[in-house]
Amino acid sequence: MSVEKIDIAEVKNELIKGYPSKVARKRDKQIVINKVEDDSVVPEIQANVRTIPGIITQRGCTYAGCKGVVLGPTRDIVNITHGPIGCGFYSWLTRRNQTRPENPNDENFMMYCFSTDMQEEEIVFGGEKKLKKAVQEAYDLFHPKAIGIFSTCPVGLIGDDVHAVAREMKEKLGINVFGFSCEGYKGVSQSAGHHIANNQLFKHVVGLDDTPPKGKYNVNLLGEYNIGGDAFELERIFEKCGINLVATFSGNSNYDKFANSHTADLNAVMCHRSINYVAEMMEKKFGIPWIKVNFIGAESSAKSLRKIAQYFGDKELIDKVEEVIKEELEKVDKVMQDVKSRCSGKTAMLFVGGSRAHHYQDLFREIGMKTLAAGYEFAHRDDYEGRRMLPHIRVDADSRNIEELDVVADEKRFKPRKTDEELAKLAKEGFDFKDYYGMMPEMENDTLVIDDISEHETQKLLEIYKPDIFCAGIKEKYGIQKMGIPCKQLHSYDYGGPYAGFAGAINFYNDIDRMVNSNVWKYVKAPWQASPELMGKFGIE
Amino acid sequence: MLLRHTPKEIKEREALVVNPAKTCQPIGAMYAALGIHGCLPHSHGSQGCCSYHRSTLTRHYKEPIMAGTSSFTEGASVFGGQANLLEAIHNIFTIYNPDVIAVHTTCLSETIGDDIHQIANKAREEGKIPKGKFVIHASTPSYVGSHVTGFANMTKGMVEYFAEKNGTKLNQLNIIPGFVEPSDMREIKRIANAMGVKIVMFPDTSGVVDTPQTGKFNMFPKGGVTINELKSTGNSFATIALGQLASGPAAKLLDSKFKIQCEIHSLPIGLTATDRFIDSLRKLGGVSVPDSISDERGRLIDAIADMHQYLYGKKVALVGDPDQLVSLTEFLVTLDMKPVHIVTGTPGQKFESRIKEIVKDKVPNVNVKASGDMFLLHQWIKNEKVDLIMGNTYCKYIARDEDIPYIRFGFPIMDRIGHSYFPTVGYMGSLRLVEKILDALMDRKDRDSKEESFELVM
Repeated sequence: MSVEKIDIAEVKNELIKGYPSKVARKRDKQIVINKVEDDSVVPEIQANVRTIPGIITQRGCTYAGCKGVVLGPTRDIVNITHGPIGCGFYSWLTRRNQTRPENPNDENFMMYCFSTDMQEEEIVFGGEKKLKKAVQEAYDLFHPKAIGIFSTCPVGLIGDDVHAVAREMKEKLGINVFGFSCEGYKGVSQSAGHHIANNQLFKHVVGLDDTPPKGKYNVNLLGEYNIGGDAFELERIFEKCGINLVATFSGNSNYDKFANSHTADLNAVMCHRSINYVAEMMEKKFGIPWIKVNFIGAESSAKSLRKIAQYFGDKELIDKVEEVIKEELEKVDKVMQDVKSRCSGKTAMLFVGGSRAHHYQDLFREIGMKTLAAGYEFAHRDDYEGRRMLPHIRVDADSRNIEELDVVADEKRFKPRKTDEELAKLAKEGFDFKDYYGMMPEMENDTLVIDDISEHETQKLLEIYKPDIFCAGIKEKYGIQKMGIPCKQLHSYDYGGPYAGFAGAINFYNDIDRMVNSNVWKYVKAPWQASPELMGKFGIE
Repeated sequence: MLLRHTPKEIKEREALVVNPAKTCQPIGAMYAALGIHGCLPHSHGSQGCCSYHRSTLTRHYKEPIMAGTSSFTEGASVFGGQANLLEAIHNIFTIYNPDVIAVHTTCLSETIGDDIHQIANKAREEGKIPKGKFVIHASTPSYVGSHVTGFANMTKGMVEYFAEKNGTKLNQLNIIPGFVEPSDMREIKRIANAMGVKIVMFPDTSGVVDTPQTGKFNMFPKGGVTINELKSTGNSFATIALGQLASGPAAKLLDSKFKIQCEIHSLPIGLTATDRFIDSLRKLGGVSVPDSISDERGRLIDAIADMHQYLYGKKVALVGDPDQLVSLTEFLVTLDMKPVHIVTGTPGQKFESRIKEIVKDKVPNVNVKASGDMFLLHQWIKNEKVDLIMGNTYCKYIARDEDIPYIRFGFPIMDRIGHSYFPTVGYMGSLRLVEKILDALMDRKDRDSKEESFELVM
């Protein structure tokens, strides 16, 4: 059946049909047939709600969102997991946050896994004593400038006060020690962990170093984790344009850059879900405006660079950016056209974390591929529908205990980066501050948007649509491929990359071309399965 | 240097584990549960654990790993996870229809003290478990033991829930293969078949985590021990448990519950351990060893004799799980190699004394530690260089820094294939290990030798 002939309402029905009625009612609100009305109004989707037990979700936990995602990529903080061994073990080098210290002897703890390895004794009598000792031992061994402590499920239950331990050890050791109450059961997904990480970084690190930046056009890149070298590619492009990167949260990052990040003049947000909290708080406290950017896709990268140049408004920068874009796009175009000739008209589906399911649609569009369905594991409604619906979000009981910091303007250091007239002028030119339109307005009508997709729904979608490629993660990959459909991992990039920026676009086109046009899928049926009739006579006569 | 902060000087650590040589119980239980046909493992905790365990097994096998989770929220963590598990059981049977749900726990549900047995009974009373379907469980607190303990607990759970005795002794032998690869389980079945001994093996992940590409995805693949087979284990004439830690508890339970004689052996990795396994099969099964098996043994010894010069006296560092390390150490000693540093993360008093006993004449000053970590192993290596390192994927960082030939062995191996297809147990598996060891050592010799001493024939 061709994609055009599929009745989308029927598909949705098919996805929900086998569910118990209570489950079906809930999933009905999380599976939406996209329709973009005038002024980019899209249907409401239910998101950021608790996972249905037993449905086989792909979601992880708060600890993963906090330690694994946000803090994991920072090379010179010793991150100690306070808990039994598993959490630390599974988050040990499994996300591909690359890092490149400036000098070979600079601190880099990325290859290490630190844990208090809680035993039954600590569950019974409490683990604070062991935690203190672990912090001391870490200090004695490594003398880092900062130590982070990450709580896991049992820590909250037995009542260990990691923040008190952090305060005590900070005083004792004279280095920055801070804790994260990121127990796995908090919130409903990784998302709560992002928020907790944002809060603690903002409270304990951002703003500690007031040294003014040396470069021109000072920018922070927020929500870019340098998977497969993405941030390296963006660093290359920024440098070429003459844009000074003060800090990246948190790909290829270090502690000092976080401490100094409030001196930048613009925050450019890549992954809205994981870092919008820091962006908002930095604006309130220090007066740094933020804009949404997207460096996934060649055209999007060009657009984002232009947006940054427009913000600063200097002709020198604007000209340089145009020059760089022209030079880079020439290289990209050649590959894009070649790959497009083999991929055009093919179809894709994307189900990834809280950001990439949107951004990667641009890359597929550039090589003529159509996105049939997309969704996030743990994004909120604003990531789907756009930030304009933020006032309508009700925080439910499962997420209510995630702390909201009360941030006010810093008396001495708050400095508006633009005058009201400048802001008005930019607004008139169509410049959007602190806005994100979300994924759905940019998807075609009658595509499917699915939040927290289950294993069952994934299998059904694949059976019905037979897309040419499905983008997801490691847990989905091999089941999908058993069905004869290639699966591109958009968390780990299947150990390739970078995919961001211009060089990244070229890598991505080539990888998708290789995958959707691979020989291997032709050989799945053995010759004797294709034509099983018997010709020989051996054994019959 | 990737691990540039690891100092040569060793300081005693009491609280901080750095680069663990173990992981936590539930992943072992999940792996064991996959060895039951038509079973969906279920993680009773918050969903992060389940995601991590599935991901790690998937990275190791390059195969889909299915499991459900109770997806605890903060509310459930305070008031108990009964409602979550009841809902999960109902949803799983309705949506995915497995024959068995094998529930394991995490540090979360263990700390709050959820009673799985009682919850499963409630599910049965409420009609949430369809007729002919099962919910079994094992307690797997992450703060006790390691992933090996979790495997042992779930395997024991299989006996607890399924094994029956109906008075008729069956002419079959139970084999508990331990926390080994599907390739190893296949090899153990092949050996038993060649010996003419009828066996029931549990768990059995061959055909589950090494499935063929057919263009179809089966959530419940062909492999796995069936429920009827598990039930019949109570009527078998004996049990062979391979691996003290992983398989001992289930074998002992069969013995205490149904008076089934059990022999607990080392994992049959290497010459002598395989000898003991084969001999045990022969005696218990009342069969003679066929020529085909004796020939395999002869070929292994032949290869060792042929290539002895490259093995003799070579120092080896080992890290992994106790059952594997005990057998591997014994094998290396058989090969006249010197295992000088040996670390497992899995706690247990017996490990260190057992290793010391195995290497006593060969390496009187062996460094061995249970509840050790890879940071310590690396420090030992800095103090006494080795010619070879064997361990899981995380060893590659030490191997690169110290420029040591390296063989991937154990769990997890996330950067190569082979372990799920080719065994390391039995004579054939041991031969493969010898080949791997020789390849690693001789590739290094080829790389390092001067041009004039670069050899064609070796």
